[in-house]
Amino acid sequence: MSEAIAYYPGCSGQGTSKEYDASTRAVCEAVGLSLVDIPDWSCCGSTPAHTKDHTLSAALSARNLQLVAGMGMKLAVTPCPSCLTNLRNATHRMEQAAFKSKVDKLLDEPYTGGVDTQSVLQALVEIVGIDNLAAAVRTPLKGLKVACYYGCIMNRPPEVMAFDDCENPMAMDNILTAMGATVVPFPLKVECCGAAYGMPRPDMVGRLSGKLLEAATLLGADMIAVACPLCQMNLDLRQGQVNRTLGTNYRIPAPYFTQLMGVALNIPDAQIGFDKLCVDPRPILSKALTGAD
Amino acid sequence: MRIGVFICHCGSNIEGTVDTASVAKSALEFPEVVLATDTMYACSEPGQDGIIQAIKEKKLTGVVVASCTPRMHEPTFRRAVERAGLNRYMFEMANIREHVSWIGKDREANTNKAVDLVRIAVEKLRRDAPLASSKFSINKRVMILGGGVAGIQAALDCADGGLSVVLVERESTIGGKMAKLDKTFPTVDCSSCILGPKMVDVAQHDNITLHAYSEVESISGYVGNFQVQVRKKATYVDWSLCTGCGACTEKCPSKKNPDKFNEKIGPTTSINIPFPQAIPKKAVIDPTTCRQFVKGKCGVCAKVCPTGAIRYDMADEIVTEDVGAIIAATGYDLFDTTRIPEYGAGRYPDVITSLQYERLLSASGPTGGHIQRPSDGKEPKNVVFIQCVGSRDKSLDRPYCSGFCCMYTAKQTILTKDHIPDSQSYVFYMDIRAPGKMYDEFTRRAMEEYGARYIRGRVAMVYPKGDKLIVRGADTLAGTQVEIEADLVVLAAGAESAKGASKLAEKLRISYDKYGFFMESHPKLKPVETNTAGVYLAGSCQGPKDIPQSVGQGSAAAAKVLALFSKDQLESDPQISHVDIKRCVGCGKCIMTCPFQAIKEVEFRGQKKAEVIETICQGCGVCTSTCPQGAIQLSHFTDNQILAEVNALCQS
Amino acid sequence: MNIINFTRDYDADFVSRVEEESGQKVSLCYQCGNCTAGCPYTFAYDIPVSQIMRLVQAGQKKTVLSCKSIWLCATCESCTTRCPNNIDVACIMDVLRHMARREGLAAVPHVKTFWDAFLDSVRAHGRVFELGLTVNYVLKSGRFWTDLDLGPKILPKGKLSMTPHDIQGKEHVARIFERFERESNS
Repeated sequence: MSEAIAYYPGCSGQGTSKEYDASTRAVCEAVGLSLVDIPDWSCCGSTPAHTKDHTLSAALSARNLQLVAGMGMKLAVTPCPSCLTNLRNATHRMEQAAFKSKVDKLLDEPYTGGVDTQSVLQALVEIVGIDNLAAAVRTPLKGLKVACYYGCIMNRPPEVMAFDDCENPMAMDNILTAMGATVVPFPLKVECCGAAYGMPRPDMVGRLSGKLLEAATLLGADMIAVACPLCQMNLDLRQGQVNRTLGTNYRIPAPYFTQLMGVALNIPDAQIGFDKLCVDPRPILSKALTGAD
Repeated sequence: MRIGVFICHCGSNIEGTVDTASVAKSALEFPEVVLATDTMYACSEPGQDGIIQAIKEKKLTGVVVASCTPRMHEPTFRRAVERAGLNRYMFEMANIREHVSWIGKDREANTNKAVDLVRIAVEKLRRDAPLASSKFSINKRVMILGGGVAGIQAALDCADGGLSVVLVERESTIGGKMAKLDKTFPTVDCSSCILGPKMVDVAQHDNITLHAYSEVESISGYVGNFQVQVRKKATYVDWSLCTGCGACTEKCPSKKNPDKFNEKIGPTTSINIPFPQAIPKKAVIDPTTCRQFVKGKCGVCAKVCPTGAIRYDMADEIVTEDVGAIIAATGYDLFDTTRIPEYGAGRYPDVITSLQYERLLSASGPTGGHIQRPSDGKEPKNVVFIQCVGSRDKSLDRPYCSGFCCMYTAKQTILTKDHIPDSQSYVFYMDIRAPGKMYDEFTRRAMEEYGARYIRGRVAMVYPKGDKLIVRGADTLAGTQVEIEADLVVLAAGAESAKGASKLAEKLRISYDKYGFFMESHPKLKPVETNTAGVYLAGSCQGPKDIPQSVGQGSAAAAKVLALFSKDQLESDPQISHVDIKRCVGCGKCIMTCPFQAIKEVEFRGQKKAEVIETICQGCGVCTSTCPQGAIQLSHFTDNQILAEVNALCQS
Repeated sequence: MNIINFTRDYDADFVSRVEEESGQKVSLCYQCGNCTAGCPYTFAYDIPVSQIMRLVQAGQKKTVLSCKSIWLCATCESCTTRCPNNIDVACIMDVLRHMARREGLAAVPHVKTFWDAFLDSVRAHGRVFELGLTVNYVLKSGRFWTDLDLGPKILPKGKLSMTPHDIQGKEHVARIFERFERESNS
């Protein structure tokens, strides 16, 4: 088991991306990444906070960073890129003493500093390592053609997110290749899916997510692997809305990459949670895997 | 001594904030000063005449001029006092312009400071001694590094001027980047047709020795007397026997190697001749791909060569060339477009560089001049050109403009239309830079007569969709985002310094800027000279430029060399270090610290001593501060002279 | 068309406030359009992002803060990542949103309503209560048809909780909001 790292699940992990949280925990345990939940963590504020005010947004993040410091830990991981960007931007901006003092004024007590945050994807690649992940595979995903979609903020801007290439990231590609899948080079890896506009502006999500579904379909991918609760919701839950907006008929599953890892690592179905997805990947998955034999 | 002090007004430049008359009055009180006056413009003809007359009338033995920086007019005044019959080193300058009047407006403070600076100058002058240059003979041979169009022009001009020329070229043929071009702007001349005759002239000129496939190994010496070690790299073909018939390239079984001359857009054989008009037209084997070298089995070329020229056991050879001057004309390389992942260079085969496109356009290129998509060989219809790739870009550490991309892109759109009449070219640009003669008209032709669609805006990404490439850019003038379904994308890559430029600069002991371009002496007034005597620059190694500018600089550098060699002997600067043998203890510290290796160890009566090589010493003074005994002194800046200045300042 | 009188209509104070709050120098922008080229939301904007940068350079406060674009930007960072002059354009867009709020301007009201409903939920519970957020947003915006079609898809999967997950430290979170309001009004 690795040294324990703090785990920040993020609000959607309790609701609309429950299966992402469950599969992430199961995969991490299976490959020896020890996660410890941050006790009584609170919402980072996501997009609404940073579009209202940067000090407010940083304070909401800093409360959680302080909790991690209180655990005696220096590193926290989160599966959600939006949480990650807020936590990292807060850290980045608080390097300026003037900004930090404004943030500290909003907190019960000043933030003591010294906590770094990463995505679960980064932790899997850098702490566990691709070789160890490949060694843990029990059911190779041979015959499965996957397009990897990273979402717009996981790796951008590079000065803040500091992981992987910001135009052509490969971390997920490499993990799923290690799991035995055939990863097709996806040209729109970091192109925004519509983000949080699903509720107020479903037409925007329709157009943007539609482009992604179109690209994956044209490439002949069996499914699109994702690493973000919002991306997943837009591509999967809202796939019907996309089809209605564009007059198309896409029917391509968009599972979390941790769910696909779960299949390769023989994690029980209940923890993978494919039944929680709208476009069920199981028929295509079993067809692709058996077709390969 | 009888010292004359002249305080210059410099119009209102100095007089505006310094009371020059008052400074002169104070100067009259200084020891050994017999004349102190203020003058309007000391450097002007009447000003200089005034100084010369004063020297004669008052029988002055030394002169101080308080005016601008010595970097401006020290040579002017030194020549003036020499004309009046004094040794030119019995002259000191006090900088009361850049160091006083240009700094602040407080007249009283400035005047006091000016008085102090004049006092220091007088004290130094009182300890100055006359100095004389020594003359040394020079070798009237010039070495030119780089056989591109700048180097070729410089070589021809020097050779026609009667000098003996050694031309060293890194590749197996001269011609540089210009030999790779199909046509040139703005005349749409065939590049190899206009360059070819010059290349042949170089090959046939009696005064030019050409070392192709060679590089500089090391350089020692000084202006007029350089020794250059040239490494003639092994070609594995005896060029004295090779006729360039090409039989070897026809039969070589290793056919799929990336072709360097064709910018790796086509395959070539391991033994090859770069292009039909190559000078010298001789074959070269690439040992990294040749089967004989890699696997130990082949030998086909040796069997088919009609003159038996193949030599698998050839080794590099070092030759020494003695020359009196060197012209660096080593050119440039293209920006590495794989540094911009969003354009897909290196990932998508139909995203190519401008130079690769040039090879596709050229009849001697890999496709025989037929424009074909590298992916499937089909003729493209929509060709998108993206300008400023790796230029004007702070985020890539390339903030400068490369100067020729706007022009060559316009040319490429014109040629595309000529080759494929029903094609459509698009150009994404930020600005159009077309300053030369007929240049702007040429770019307008591309738009007005050849139907190229120019879109003002950058491109954010290029990605494949089916067998097309989607180019997503902006049209800032129309105020929106645009998309084009392209068959081929050509990146107008910017210019960078040539690979290895900084290493060569270190061998030449010249400066280079942060991008690796060699530094000229003065960006406006001395574009082809360096601060190292005897080393000149020509062409893109000094900064990106087009063909007429490169040719112009080639001729300019040749003119400098011809001027340098117009005398049989050169004078050395006497402001150099000398070793007092009585004080020298032979510790060798000066030898170790001299940045120019201008000090050598000699034996004197069985003891180790240091000796300065007068012609190499640049007068930097590092040795004088290093020497623990004070045995080595810099003439005109001796310890006593400098201490006299310090004393004068501290006691005032 | 808005004719700009540069002598009179250039709001220098606005420009320096944008620069101060974002930490970016707007004179670095040479209007290449790379941001607009990469911005996936350009199709929905009224003013493309490079033009917003130009209008900020031209000191046109009212035009910029009243536009719809700043409310439709998703801060996807495409612009910041690709700007050849290393300008953090996305941060400037955030700052313009902050300034618009302070001026009481919101050209796409229901987007602001959505952001506010989200923050209300965080303030009340410490974590977002997704169902509560939806109800709050629908009531305040009057868009009762929002995501009705998704209900049948998501409810059977047990992903939408009927009750909020209040945390113990929810008062601490509420205090952060209160202090923020006090600091903003002072």
